[in-house]
Amino acid sequence: MLLSILIWVLAIITAGVFLAREWFPPAINEHARAFDSQFHLTLLLTGGIFLLAQAALGFVILRARRRARAEYSHGNNRLEVIWTAATAALFLGAVFLSTRIFTQVHLGAAAPNALRVECLAKQFSWSFRYPGPDGKYAKLDVRQINDATGNPFGQDERDPAGKDDIVTAALRVPAGRPVELILRGRDVIHNFFVRELRLKQDVVPGMLIPLRFQADVPGTYEVACSELCGLGHHLMRTVLIVMPPDEFAAWERDALAQLQQAQGQ
Amino acid sequence: MLGRIFSTDHKVIGKQYYFLSLFSVMIGLVLSVFMRFHLIYPDKKVKLFELLWPTGAAGGIMTPELYLSIMTMHGTLMVFFVLTTVPQGGFGNFFLPIQIGAADMAFPRLNMLSFWTTLLALLVLLGAFFVPGGAPLGGWTAYPPLSAVGQIAGPGQGDGMDMWILSIALFSIASLLTSINFIATVMELRAPGMTLDRMPLTVWGWFTTAIISLLAFAVLLAAGLLLLFDRWGGTSFFLPAGLVINDRILRNSGGSPVLWQHLFWFFGHPEVYIAILPGMGLISTILSVNSRRPVFGYKAMVGAMLVIAFLGFVVWGHHMFISGMSPYSSIAFSVLTMTVGVPSAIKTFNWLGTLWGGKLRLNVAMLFALGFVSVFVAGGITGIFLGQPAMDLYLHDTYFVVGHFHLIMGVAAVFAMFAGTYYWFPKMFGRMLNETLGKIHFYITFVGVYGIFVPMHVAGLAGNPRRYPDFKEFEFLSDLTRLHTFISHTSFTVAAVQLLFLFNLLWSLWRGARASQNPWDSTTLEWSVPSPPPHDNFGGEPVAVAHGPYEYSVPGSDADFVMQAAPAKEPSA
Repeated sequence: MLLSILIWVLAIITAGVFLAREWFPPAINEHARAFDSQFHLTLLLTGGIFLLAQAALGFVILRARRRARAEYSHGNNRLEVIWTAATAALFLGAVFLSTRIFTQVHLGAAAPNALRVECLAKQFSWSFRYPGPDGKYAKLDVRQINDATGNPFGQDERDPAGKDDIVTAALRVPAGRPVELILRGRDVIHNFFVRELRLKQDVVPGMLIPLRFQADVPGTYEVACSELCGLGHHLMRTVLIVMPPDEFAAWERDALAQLQQAQGQ
Repeated sequence: MLGRIFSTDHKVIGKQYYFLSLFSVMIGLVLSVFMRFHLIYPDKKVKLFELLWPTGAAGGIMTPELYLSIMTMHGTLMVFFVLTTVPQGGFGNFFLPIQIGAADMAFPRLNMLSFWTTLLALLVLLGAFFVPGGAPLGGWTAYPPLSAVGQIAGPGQGDGMDMWILSIALFSIASLLTSINFIATVMELRAPGMTLDRMPLTVWGWFTTAIISLLAFAVLLAAGLLLLFDRWGGTSFFLPAGLVINDRILRNSGGSPVLWQHLFWFFGHPEVYIAILPGMGLISTILSVNSRRPVFGYKAMVGAMLVIAFLGFVVWGHHMFISGMSPYSSIAFSVLTMTVGVPSAIKTFNWLGTLWGGKLRLNVAMLFALGFVSVFVAGGITGIFLGQPAMDLYLHDTYFVVGHFHLIMGVAAVFAMFAGTYYWFPKMFGRMLNETLGKIHFYITFVGVYGIFVPMHVAGLAGNPRRYPDFKEFEFLSDLTRLHTFISHTSFTVAAVQLLFLFNLLWSLWRGARASQNPWDSTTLEWSVPSPPPHDNFGGEPVAVAHGPYEYSVPGSDADFVMQAAPAKEPSA
């Protein structure tokens, strides 16, 4: 009796904790909204199964306490077939519904007008570089890596393609324009995670991993490293700044101007 | 005396494994309390921390690297030396031979070697705390390059990491020896009449687990050796070109960090089933005994175990959806992952089917078995989220995952261990555990684990990354302070209640009421020998098995159960 009630109460509280508030931050693009609706669908499905199973468990305990003698039976093959087929249909249905959300992030080419940015993760900070008006990055040379002088990528100083490359510590993108972020690592594995984008991708040294997204709502969003990378893992923070397109253009102009000034000196 | 310590008797070895794990779980639990404390009071000075780690917690404040090393050791101790060890090495060793009517394991000396190798592995692991730099900080998954490049990646990544790899390699060897022994014993030493379809589900659990261990630990051992080569032999299995770590340029080239993940999770996912399959067998038995009813769908239960064992080997990629692996692989792995959920659901349905129409006895073993079913559903169902690559784009490496695997792999398996302890203690030690203390222990623990791990799920929904030593750097994490405070305080309570269990266990060893031969009116063979059983189990008497393992409430029989060893009924004229 006590156990049945306890099981029911715990099940209801568990459901309540999930529904207590919207735990996710606001979605800032199409993908994030699709993620949210798939999440809620899965929550409905699993929450229903969870509550039914706990209700049934509490119920059979209550029922079986009151009996005089147990029934002798070794099972029922028809029931086995029915519940096997039903769970298989439900579980596989869930995964087929959500496959598209995943493939849209990871398959297919970047949009032709996409903003190309490279991201470098290292113990324990983030850097980003924009190719500038020429659309080309400087070649990289590990021997020229110098975090103190602002060259975390190791851009080759002699490469003219690098003269207009903007290197920053925060990721700035224009709202409403597709972005192709190329993730690059140089020491251990890190992970680029922005909650509002509902996106997470490992940064693996030795690999260039593209991450495509578009952010529609201007604002500042925290980027948290989400793959254990050492003793400063919890400090590895930067921000994604989504700007209205004209502000972004103005920022890029200023950054280029400063770059030219610095090179002129 | 020496003969009793260095014994080849499977029962002595089983108890040795059990106490080895009891020691490990106490350390693992204390480490988790330290972590939960540090997470909510990161700036509080604690004398005890300074006493234990004069450098890592100088002034009483834990450094991030100390927190991470405690986390790594917690995970490693719990996964290997508790979850893998108690169900198989402990209970399996003690009861497998008796339940199939054998006098011992097929290879008693090999069995002894397995135990002592496991003990050595444990000592080497704990030794990591005492070497320069301390224990490794890379988590129990030990992803390279962090684990492959030595001290430049962090203080514990030097000697501590070597100790960790050595320990895991030794543990793998011991597990391989054990699994060969278990498989041979089940294949060769069954008593006359102990046909496959009369084997208790516990035996099926140990048998399938042994097969999984044989295949999985072989790969882990190989992966560990490759990692050692990378660290000491100048090879580049897991290290690509162009690494610059701590301002040092490395000369490696050609390797892939993702390769380690494939090898590790090829072991790591089956490991989940190594921890839970023996428990599933045991829970089926305890539910049957205490509802006085045959296991519902015995053949479906055996089939589900075999399917889980097989599918368990083809789903490892669901740990790697965000690893940079091909998206096509992710989709294939996600479909297979959803498929492995089906046999787990079948088991749950059959447990409910066993209870349905039964007459319940709510002893403590039964309470933990019912609690197992509840947390198994709670922890398993969230796998439906994590098995979808799209959901993993957000949930991977958050507290949602921490809550999920602690419930399904940790709590469910531990509940099976508790159920097994309360059920088998009389047979192992000839004395009963105290049922009242046991009930208090159960109810607080049951409510407590929901209180700890359900809030972790929603912290994950809020995006809370795991493996953070504190939550001060991020604005969005400051919203979750109250949630974490609640989790920590609940965990302190649950940890404290485990002292009640420890007291019950130790007190009952010497002072518990004497146990009869068959206190629970069970049918399997261990209950037809004295408690505790004599050295060769059956006193040299031949054992003949004439009945299935779950003959409860058989119509027309006098008692409400028929022992497996009871003589077959004369065919009526």
